[in-house]
Amino acid sequence: MSDAPVLLEMRSITKEFPGVKALADVNLVVRAGEIHAICGENGAGKSTLMKVLSGVHPHGSYDGRIVYRGAETRFADIRASEGAGIVIIHQELALVPDMSITENIFLGNEPRRRGAIDWRLANRRAVELMARVGLHEDPDTLVKDIGVGKQQLVEIAKAFAKDVRLLILDEPTAALNEADSRHLLDLLRGFRSRGVTSIMISHKLNEIEAIADRITILRDGRTVETLDVRADGVDEDRIVRGMVGRELGSRFPDRTPRIGEVFFEVRDWTVRHPISAERRVCRNESFVVRRGEIVGFAGLMGAGRTELAMSVFGRSYGVYESGTIVKDGRQIVLRSVADAIAHRLAYVSEDRKAIGLNLLDDIKASTVAAKLAKVTRRGVLDAVAEHRAAESYRRELRIKAPTVDEGVSRLSGGNQQKVVLAKWMFTDPDLLILDEPTRGIDVGAKYEIYGVIQRLADQGRGVVVISSELPELIGLCDRIYTVCEGAITGEIAREHADPETLMKRMTSTKRTQPR
Amino acid sequence: MSRAKDLRKNLFGGTTSNARQFGMIFTLVAIVVLFQILTDGLTLRSDNLIALFQQNSYILILAIGMLMVIVAGHIDLSVGSVAAFAGILVAKSMSDWSLPWPAAVAFGLLIGAAIGAWQGFWVAYVGVPAFIVTLAGMLLFRGGNQFIGNADTIPVPEGFRVIGAGFLPEVGPNTGYNNLTLLLGLAACAAVAWREVRARRTRREMAADPTPTWISILRLAVMVGAIVFASLRFASGRVGTSFPVSGIILVALVLAYSFYTRNTAGGRHIYAVGGNSRAAELSGVKLRRVNFLVMTNMSVLAALAGMIFVARSAASGPQDGNGWELDAIAAVFIGGAAVSGGIGTISGSIVGGLVMAVLNNGLQLLGVGTDRVQIIKGLVLLLAVALDVYNKRQGRFSVIGGLTRSLRRDTPTPAAPEAQRAPAVTKVPG
Repeated sequence: MSDAPVLLEMRSITKEFPGVKALADVNLVVRAGEIHAICGENGAGKSTLMKVLSGVHPHGSYDGRIVYRGAETRFADIRASEGAGIVIIHQELALVPDMSITENIFLGNEPRRRGAIDWRLANRRAVELMARVGLHEDPDTLVKDIGVGKQQLVEIAKAFAKDVRLLILDEPTAALNEADSRHLLDLLRGFRSRGVTSIMISHKLNEIEAIADRITILRDGRTVETLDVRADGVDEDRIVRGMVGRELGSRFPDRTPRIGEVFFEVRDWTVRHPISAERRVCRNESFVVRRGEIVGFAGLMGAGRTELAMSVFGRSYGVYESGTIVKDGRQIVLRSVADAIAHRLAYVSEDRKAIGLNLLDDIKASTVAAKLAKVTRRGVLDAVAEHRAAESYRRELRIKAPTVDEGVSRLSGGNQQKVVLAKWMFTDPDLLILDEPTRGIDVGAKYEIYGVIQRLADQGRGVVVISSELPELIGLCDRIYTVCEGAITGEIAREHADPETLMKRMTSTKRTQPR
Repeated sequence: MSRAKDLRKNLFGGTTSNARQFGMIFTLVAIVVLFQILTDGLTLRSDNLIALFQQNSYILILAIGMLMVIVAGHIDLSVGSVAAFAGILVAKSMSDWSLPWPAAVAFGLLIGAAIGAWQGFWVAYVGVPAFIVTLAGMLLFRGGNQFIGNADTIPVPEGFRVIGAGFLPEVGPNTGYNNLTLLLGLAACAAVAWREVRARRTRREMAADPTPTWISILRLAVMVGAIVFASLRFASGRVGTSFPVSGIILVALVLAYSFYTRNTAGGRHIYAVGGNSRAAELSGVKLRRVNFLVMTNMSVLAALAGMIFVARSAASGPQDGNGWELDAIAAVFIGGAAVSGGIGTISGSIVGGLVMAVLNNGLQLLGVGTDRVQIIKGLVLLLAVALDVYNKRQGRFSVIGGLTRSLRRDTPTPAAPEAQRAPAVTKVPG
């Protein structure tokens, strides 16, 4: 295999966004007819690299060269790269649910005869293409009526309709169940035997180990290494080592935890997916939080941590099926967010702009938004009390704004996050769930937010931190649960937490500690 | 220079809606002055002012409810039909079932509440977009009005007409003015002064930089001047006329609803839902309840507006309320509300409504036909909102600010909107 001719070479690709270097001097060599996997933690630069390759980031917006089939290419957009036979299939499928399979396969690429679409030809070719990807359906079936696994196949058939030579799959099995995943992997092997080259981005290391010929590992926007799976004897542990790599610095304030009794317990929690009734977001999951403890939830993006947390927080995600919540020894039922707040729970959301803040508000209105009753006297909002509360949090959290009258849309990401924190600290919660509390925040603000989290725990509150950054969890948490595909797959005490152990449990659905 | 700076800060500073509202008030004053000149003083004559208020009070009442609906992110197209439907039922209740008029008013409000609950149910609990629900309501209740009234008019008794055509009575010594109107003006002056004092105290308690005294005095002087002028005008009309009862109802509602939207948790929830419904929900706001109440309230106010109109025209007819929804919606948007919800104030909507009213009235006084009046009103609506959209995109907030911007050197540069920044790429330290 290593003698096969080189199909694609990306040479010292550097891509900068204002203020952030997403890719620095990345090299990638893909040989004809291989399955090449790209691995790396969230934010390592995998998707950016593929966007450079497929022309989403056009030629000129990055540095470096792309040599494809022996010639340097300069794609101006996706159409140009597709014209050259490079097709990318994104994690979120780009299908129109209310169109038929045929219509989707030929969307934007319709076979025409004298200006009109030739549907007879289209249907005939659709059946051929579907046979190639092992999809047996009526081509007139609407895409919304087939399962996710089959939709993925339609997406691949669509790629073949464009004469694909290099197929790029971004997390192709993330949304698929076991059987569909296996079918897809078999299909990729079949393509390989027929000479189609594939690049696959995946977090599921067991799949990569099983299917890839070679693996390129990215970390912090740089190429770490390229491994030949058979020659180098690569296994999951080896990949994990490459992904997490270097030492942890001291980026966390010192703290001596004072951990008390278990006060919050979720037992046998089962939640249904909000749309597809047969899918379970989580099934019989249980976890506990102690007073003064910072508990981590480790998992890759899409592992179901957010869904689990939000379903606990007043059923704000999915459909509750069964399970109980016990707080301070008493069983409580949280039917709505208002109930959850009344029982002194707080959930600081992952996406502060979409669901955490009203960007039209100023700092003071945002600070008191989740507990207006605290600044209401006899039914009337007390502007002075509101101002005082917001001002005290502005000082305590060092929110950089001249006054609390400043609109939150004008604040930087780190300061917005502090406002969201203030909003939930204002509700005086016993249990704080922080979902990706430092995503998209610079290092200085991160350190401050870690300090706040530690102070909250030291006040005797329980804190749950959901994060995709392992170093953050390891540096901050007293105990870490690992989550994979909605299931809690492990529980690791601080002393035993290291990136490799965590990554291994995060990428395996086997339960190591059945509870 | 420093005084000019203070003035600017107090006019344009603070919240964006403050600046926006100042721009609207400025526009209103400019239009009034323009027509005052063009009509040789007809615009501000007592009888014209009184007529202006009487003719527009019901639209302004609708604008109050519509503001809340639009802030919550909805729209209500049915208000004209609901007003007509409530109007005909109330008229019928008095003529056929000889209900006394105060009972009929209560009955009308109940009808409004029932209709609102019906529409609120579909919007809040079933999740049908308000546009569709109220479009259906528009047809439904227009048809209902004509079905009940046999597409005919029903007259209403004298007592009932007070709420639409009545005036403050003449009492006390003969001063040449309507005494009650003067008293009302005096009370308004006292209220404005008290408010200014309170605002200053609040600012002190917040330890914010106090508003310079001279600005407070200037602001007070302008407002008291306007109130004194208006009360003298309203009080010196033809004998028997004065400040209209419908105007009093309007002022009471404006004060009550302004207070509700600004100073209570319920009001704040409406803005939260319109600004970011998911964030509001995750902050414990009961989304459905807010949507339901907003829609219900709108129909209650529509019923009230319908009754005032019927009272003014002495009969309920099949074409009552035609096109009111558009006037109310226009008032709200001219008054600075955002189409996407979350932004807008009651007072802004009232000013927006008055701009349209004065424009209408002035053009009529000038003898411009309704065809051209409509064309002009359409253009004004489009321009007002377009200017606002343009200003927002420029990061500026007021017409005046835009005009004087080139004269200033110390223009504060607003922080770059987040959306224009680079996508947040999280570095993962290994």
